[in-house]
Amino acid sequence: MTHASTARPGNRTWGAIATGATLLLGVLWAFPLLWAVLTALKTEEQAVAQPLQWLPTTPTFTAFRDVLTVGNLPRWFLNSALTSLAITLATVALAALAAYAFSQLQFRGKNILFWVFLAGIMVPFEALLIPLFRLMNDLGTVNTYAGIILPQIVSPVAVYVFKGFFDQVPKEIREAAVVDGANEWRILWNVFVPLSGTVLWAIGIVTFIAAWNNFLWPFIITTSPEMMTIPLGLTQVQDAYGLRFARTMATAVLGGLPVVLAYLIFQRRVTEGFLTVTGVKG
Amino acid sequence: MRDTLTPQARVQTGVPRTTRRRPPGGPIALLMLAPFLIAYLLFFVFPIGRAVQLSLTQSSLTATGPFVGLANYVQLVGDSDFWASVLHTGTFALYTVIPVTLLGLLMALAVNRLVRARNFAQALFFLPFVLPVSVVTLLWQWILNSSFGLVHALTGTEVAWFGEPGTAMPTVAFVTVWWTVGFNMLLFLAGLQNVSKEVYEAAELDGAVGWKSFRFITWPLLWPVTTLVLTLQLISSLKIFSQVYILTGGGPFNSTRVVLEYMYDTAFQNLDAGYASAIAVAFFLIILLVSLVQAALLRGRS
Repeated sequence: MTHASTARPGNRTWGAIATGATLLLGVLWAFPLLWAVLTALKTEEQAVAQPLQWLPTTPTFTAFRDVLTVGNLPRWFLNSALTSLAITLATVALAALAAYAFSQLQFRGKNILFWVFLAGIMVPFEALLIPLFRLMNDLGTVNTYAGIILPQIVSPVAVYVFKGFFDQVPKEIREAAVVDGANEWRILWNVFVPLSGTVLWAIGIVTFIAAWNNFLWPFIITTSPEMMTIPLGLTQVQDAYGLRFARTMATAVLGGLPVVLAYLIFQRRVTEGFLTVTGVKG
Repeated sequence: MRDTLTPQARVQTGVPRTTRRRPPGGPIALLMLAPFLIAYLLFFVFPIGRAVQLSLTQSSLTATGPFVGLANYVQLVGDSDFWASVLHTGTFALYTVIPVTLLGLLMALAVNRLVRARNFAQALFFLPFVLPVSVVTLLWQWILNSSFGLVHALTGTEVAWFGEPGTAMPTVAFVTVWWTVGFNMLLFLAGLQNVSKEVYEAAELDGAVGWKSFRFITWPLLWPVTTLVLTLQLISSLKIFSQVYILTGGGPFNSTRVVLEYMYDTAFQNLDAGYASAIAVAFFLIILLVSLVQAALLRGRS
């Protein structure tokens, strides 16, 4: 970039070598993903053939077909999709509402309450597993969607990020809406929500990926195979398939596909999302 | 919606201003806060109190037993299994925090100088991070399989990487580094983009190129990102559970049993929720202590 523009001729060779080395390392780094796809396209015999066969001689979708027709994989997909979407929508809605109140409205105890919420970031979710399990057990929500969803919708970080964004909206915009007679709900929905496209996407995508990938909470709250989500279900398949490596890799590929696709399609938004949520980018 | 009325409107509708000096927006704010507040109290604040309360009792997983005071904590202090799990967690942090930070920085420096292939290279390094933990563990269990895996085929080694006390934890750490380093690369890349070209151009006139330019410009300007990465990384290392649970189950011979795994085993296998809650409270205190110490150290450096 900067260096290239002022590069001396000798530097150009080095630059090309460095570029080549970076790309080579990148390919090596991502190779396990490719290896999983290649294995999933083999027959079981080819997968364990000695000596190693790099490419499937005749690519076959048998392994994919098998894991999609036998076993719980389709159900796990459904469970993951439903719970992740519900968690994402609820997290964004709850956080946006709370952040609007903190950012735009005046009420007693506002600052103290906001700091209480922020302090929540310090407490690791993992330390609350036992009381949360007991609570959900008392509420009768073990092995239900509600049990999976509810404890995952509380995100002080999302409130913080939304508030930071709402704070930057010029005061005149809200005042104009007030003069026009709009009430607070209308201002939030018709003015602030449309304005916050970027931050909405950022929080939404990061929440969705985190919810889809969450292992620990579904692991605690579900016991029956029918209620498991993808990350949890995948830990069961190796026992189920034993030494069926092509099938095991086919389930792994399918289990990772939604998030990989989400990343490849929304690369820029995913990147911005993670940077926004960690506070590197505002 | 009388609460959203402006002061002028209040006068018109005859609401006396002097009776209450409550700022406008109070009730509506409460309504807007209510959903989050209720969820926060129910699924966050209440469990915190409950964890502390349970840690002072002898309880099973579903029924609250008798109050035993600090007995669980006394037992915890003398529990060599607990301290072993603390040691294993520390070992994991040692194996991961520095590598994942340094490697993330190197990747960011390498990717940042690319022009055309930049997004492609960034995706290659970042992709593992978006995968669920169980996809990652399935991948590496296959690659490291001692009879049929890729590493066996290429090197002939028959090491059961996750099954031997000497290699289990380093291998779990290696898999974690592969899985998560892309995120740190992303943070460093963002940091590098905030360094303006003019700074480098000015420095180049002063003869700062190559290593010097990195040492005196890039590194200091990246320090805030570095502290962020170190902090996030250390805390997430202390919270290690899933990879270890899936890959080794805490074995072999408990050699990889980390604090959260010990807590999980105590609560959900031995059904001793009282003692497990004491472990949970201790775990929280350890995280709090480490983040405070780290914050103090990092502030000292910058």
